[in-house]
Amino acid sequence: MKDLLKALPWIGPAVALIATVVLFPVGLMFYNSTRDISQSGVDKGGVGLDNFATVLGFEAFWPILGRTVVWVVVVVACTLLGSLALAALLNKAFPGRRLVRMAVIVPWASSVVMTTLVVHYGLEPYFGIINSFLVDVGLIDTPEGYGWTRHAGTAFAWAMVVAVFVSLPFTTYTILAGLQTVPGETVEAARIDGANGVRTYFSVVLPQLRGAISVAVLINIINVFNSLPILRVMTGSIPGYDADTVMTMIFKYMQNQRQIDLASALSVIAFLVVVVIVAVYVRMVRPLEEV
Amino acid sequence: MAAITQTATPPRKATRPPSDDGRRVRRYTADQVPLGSLLLRLLAGLVVLVVFLLPYLIMFFGSVKTKAEIRSVDPTYFPREWHWDNYVTMWSTPETPLLQNLISTLVISLCATLLVLAVALPAAYYTARFRFRGRLVFLFLVIVTQMVQPAVLTSGLFREFIAVGILDTWLAMILVNAAFNLSFAVWIMHSFFAGIPKEVDEAAQLDGAGTFAVLTKINLPLVWPGIVTAVVFTFVASWNEFAASLVLLTTAGNQPLSVALTKFVGQYETSWHYVFGVSIVAIVPVVILFMAIEKRLVGGLVAGSVK
Repeated sequence: MKDLLKALPWIGPAVALIATVVLFPVGLMFYNSTRDISQSGVDKGGVGLDNFATVLGFEAFWPILGRTVVWVVVVVACTLLGSLALAALLNKAFPGRRLVRMAVIVPWASSVVMTTLVVHYGLEPYFGIINSFLVDVGLIDTPEGYGWTRHAGTAFAWAMVVAVFVSLPFTTYTILAGLQTVPGETVEAARIDGANGVRTYFSVVLPQLRGAISVAVLINIINVFNSLPILRVMTGSIPGYDADTVMTMIFKYMQNQRQIDLASALSVIAFLVVVVIVAVYVRMVRPLEEV
Repeated sequence: MAAITQTATPPRKATRPPSDDGRRVRRYTADQVPLGSLLLRLLAGLVVLVVFLLPYLIMFFGSVKTKAEIRSVDPTYFPREWHWDNYVTMWSTPETPLLQNLISTLVISLCATLLVLAVALPAAYYTARFRFRGRLVFLFLVIVTQMVQPAVLTSGLFREFIAVGILDTWLAMILVNAAFNLSFAVWIMHSFFAGIPKEVDEAAQLDGAGTFAVLTKINLPLVWPGIVTAVVFTFVASWNEFAASLVLLTTAGNQPLSVALTKFVGQYETSWHYVFGVSIVAIVPVVILFMAIEKRLVGGLVAGSVK
């Protein structure tokens, strides 16, 4: 106990910051999810689990949940496959490799909002440059292009493309770090044994990337599930709930409908989903084993 | 000193042959890669380069077009005329007070970074150097915050900040950005402190230096790459933060650029050339900062688990 007191001046401020800005809001959110809070913010008393019943009873809830699963699974899977290929290339020696590595960082450092905005502009009919390109190469027949951002389905699909694009840098760099710890001798040995490049990669290199891949996937699942800006920009102006995920729905409750109690209930559900995903994943893959 | 920082950085350097000037050895000359596969790699590298830069090139070219050109039904890939004056006129657009948004972004990011440094540095140092009861609990707490993101907590934060009376203030977002970037900063600096042999500290202590003097005089010079990484990462993450700012900052002038720019979407006639000009101004500096810490980015994010 005495040494904890001695440690307090050093770790105390960090504990205080986490307690007030992370832990306390979690508690408050759970509490608010059981209250009836008016649109102007007045707490009108406890309502038990009524807010959860309202949120779960909302006709679009289950489609939204299903879409959230599609969003996470497709984006994380595509990100992983793309990153494995990218990392394999960036781990090989070629002139200009450093330049390519730097280019891969750019979407990571850039604001996701701004990256999404340029894609959104590109997809506009008539003057969007992506539409214009698709018309120029003959993929679209109508001269004004296609209203990708006007329809929930296509806007959502493009949002997934953007989500993969902005998730690639972190994932690629994590796998690259893993690749650089693969001992050259094991690859050499496989080559001498007559394995070709593809076979060496799948039977020697890939198994040794398990740690890097599992951590990257875990962090990606959390990030993609919690992602708001891409869908907000890409599908936010489409009426209805046909392009919403749990996260965008939370913000619709909070901002459009000013129902902080319902927003809290859905946030609690989202929070528990993340906790369960992380727990199951950590049990199955044990990505944090070596910390 | 060079040797110490080498072992403290993530292990990727170990497999690379050392060279005299400290730069990467160009292995492709030594390995005698067949010309065919070298060309194939070059080609693939070029494709990757173009794909990753393309959105930002479109942004840049768009930022110097006129409104008439960027909204023309016959879109141009490259600007017909280069209107650099957009970078001056864009700050007085009616949609949102962009200059104030820029100042808000700057103030919030700078203060959050300073706060993270002040809070994370002592914690990282102490947990790397001393064993005490509760140390693992603390480190676990730090890891857990990396799993939680502000987006899922905004409803709680919103009510909390109303109660405290700091809703719609810079302070609210400074606290949020600092708290949610704390884990990266603690972990990356922790790993650097842990890389310094204990004997260095003990020698200084024998000479009569106190714990604080050991930290500032002996350790800080050795861990500065870790500090720079933590500072840059926190700054860039705060600079780009969106979800919490969207809800916690309600006055237009208090909002950061990331929130302000979304107001252009869905306008009757969006001034895309201004959106892109502001985006370029917001993106270029942080990209340069991020490139400076490129080699150490992974270390703090995966908390030492990539082995």
